[in-house]
Amino acid sequence: MTSMNEYRELTWQGLWKNNPALVQLLGLCPLLAVTMTVINGLGLGLATMLVLIGSNCTVSLVRNFVPNEIRIPIFVMVIAAFVTIIQLLMNAYTFQLYEALGIFIPLIVTNCAIIGRAEAYASKNPIQYAAFDGFMMGLGFTVILVLLGAMRELLGYGTLFSGADLLFGEWAASLQITVFETESPFLLAILPPGAFLGMGFLIALKNVLDKRIETMMASDTEQKSVMRARVTAEGS
Amino acid sequence: MNFTRSSSPHHHIRRKTSEVMRMVIYAAVPGLMLQTWFFGWGAIVHLLLAVTTAVATEALFLELRKKDFEKAIKDFSAILTALLLAISIPPFAPWWISVLGTFFAIAIVKQLYGGLGFNLFNPAMAAYVMLLISFPVQMTNWTPPLELAQYSHGFVDAVYIIFTGFSAEGYSLAQLKTDIDGFTLATPLDSVKTELTMGKTLTESLQSSVFSDGLSIGWFWINCAYLLGGLVLIRTRVINWHIPGGMILGMLALSLIMYGVDSDVYSSPLFHLFNGGFMLGAFFIATDPVSASTTNRGRLIFGAGIGAWVYIIRTWGGYPDAIAFAVLVMNMAVPLIDYYTRPRTYGHYSEHKKSMKVAKSDKQP
Repeated sequence: MTSMNEYRELTWQGLWKNNPALVQLLGLCPLLAVTMTVINGLGLGLATMLVLIGSNCTVSLVRNFVPNEIRIPIFVMVIAAFVTIIQLLMNAYTFQLYEALGIFIPLIVTNCAIIGRAEAYASKNPIQYAAFDGFMMGLGFTVILVLLGAMRELLGYGTLFSGADLLFGEWAASLQITVFETESPFLLAILPPGAFLGMGFLIALKNVLDKRIETMMASDTEQKSVMRARVTAEGS
Repeated sequence: MNFTRSSSPHHHIRRKTSEVMRMVIYAAVPGLMLQTWFFGWGAIVHLLLAVTTAVATEALFLELRKKDFEKAIKDFSAILTALLLAISIPPFAPWWISVLGTFFAIAIVKQLYGGLGFNLFNPAMAAYVMLLISFPVQMTNWTPPLELAQYSHGFVDAVYIIFTGFSAEGYSLAQLKTDIDGFTLATPLDSVKTELTMGKTLTESLQSSVFSDGLSIGWFWINCAYLLGGLVLIRTRVINWHIPGGMILGMLALSLIMYGVDSDVYSSPLFHLFNGGFMLGAFFIATDPVSASTTNRGRLIFGAGIGAWVYIIRTWGGYPDAIAFAVLVMNMAVPLIDYYTRPRTYGHYSEHKKSMKVAKSDKQP
């Protein structure tokens, strides 16, 4: 029962309440730099997620043997090892995407979201929770990368899923959706300012939704108290 | 002799926001008319498009924010933003340039920050920069003055070009940009910049056909008209002299020094002051009361900063004109300027003197 609650809590934290991109604002550098298209965002998101799961598992396994004083260098080396694995894998199997993402794959090492989870969660919890936490945090990060990529690709190029073949192989080239064709692309959306504006809009949207949920909850409790008052009035 | 003595509060007529905005708009009319005279009706068509979009966007967003939009629209601030944007963009840019730009200015730069009085950046200039970096081709398609152009064009042509890309007689924008000999003409700032980079001297580059007697055709008189409108605004105390004064001083100082260093490579102060959007920028754009500095000393610094930035970007930067970039850069510096130029309250010491005094009294015992 408690373990179910823990998983539910981890899901809620990773995807919404403590989302690494929207709330913790960690790893903004790759987030803002590579999300020019959906596929770039998805590629980097998946790579980050795999690294996060791997590093969380490993850190959780060694948590009882790591001297407290040197834990950060050890965590960073664990993360760097996993990033190297992912980088070599991408180099082998998705070479064009590897080229497109460039420096931002090795830079996953410096993504604060990963070291943050290792330090804050994985180093204190057993492996099954740590792995699930890595998965959910990675998923939350990936969702935001994909959303931001979709916004920018749609506004900038008028397409969606262009270059899907870079990630999934030849068959996926037909996934590309052309929403509208334009001779003069909206460069602002593709350039870094578009990323900052889009990120601002996503955060604002989350805040609006949070506020709406809060007021709904508040009005629910209010109604309850009013009903109770009426009942007592009738009773007397 | 009639000595009248009045006690505070001294009688003064406080102008409403709408009056101030309307007077600024009226003062810009001579410049707008000259722009139409020299470059065709494009500016007027864009003005109509921009004003319509501005009012519609303002109404829509105030309705969404549950505010009284009738009152806000009557303050003319959205219309002034639309006017400034419409006269800044090339006259024959496609229609969606001014629509998109005005929407961005009102919706994102102004209303998302909290509406009139809360925007950090000058809405018209932020929108101009957004357009310039997003659509560099459309935003640099300036046509030559009508007297130099191969094909003349009227109001109907302007409407046709803006909406379809071709004039009523079927000439494309590229054809309208040609002079009598069939060559495409650049704007004065652009042409001098290009020729200087090609190693010509300033005197040689002023021989281009867009100049007569060293003054750029059209642009010189347009700048004069905006200068006149600006002086009227200062005379009627709608704006203070500090920002335009500082801006002209900043530009004069830098351009005089560089012109003195080498008058073959660096353009004269006169060239810089009466070219591009300088006077429009000095008197109409930089003086936006919301995003500019609010103390008099601060206004001088703010203006001088803009003037210096315009000179720096025009001379060494990648763009021929730089009013919009300069205004945005100095908008960012406004909180800092305001912090360091707070006026001394009457009857109090300034911060500096106070600290001196404290230091002295510490020593005495």
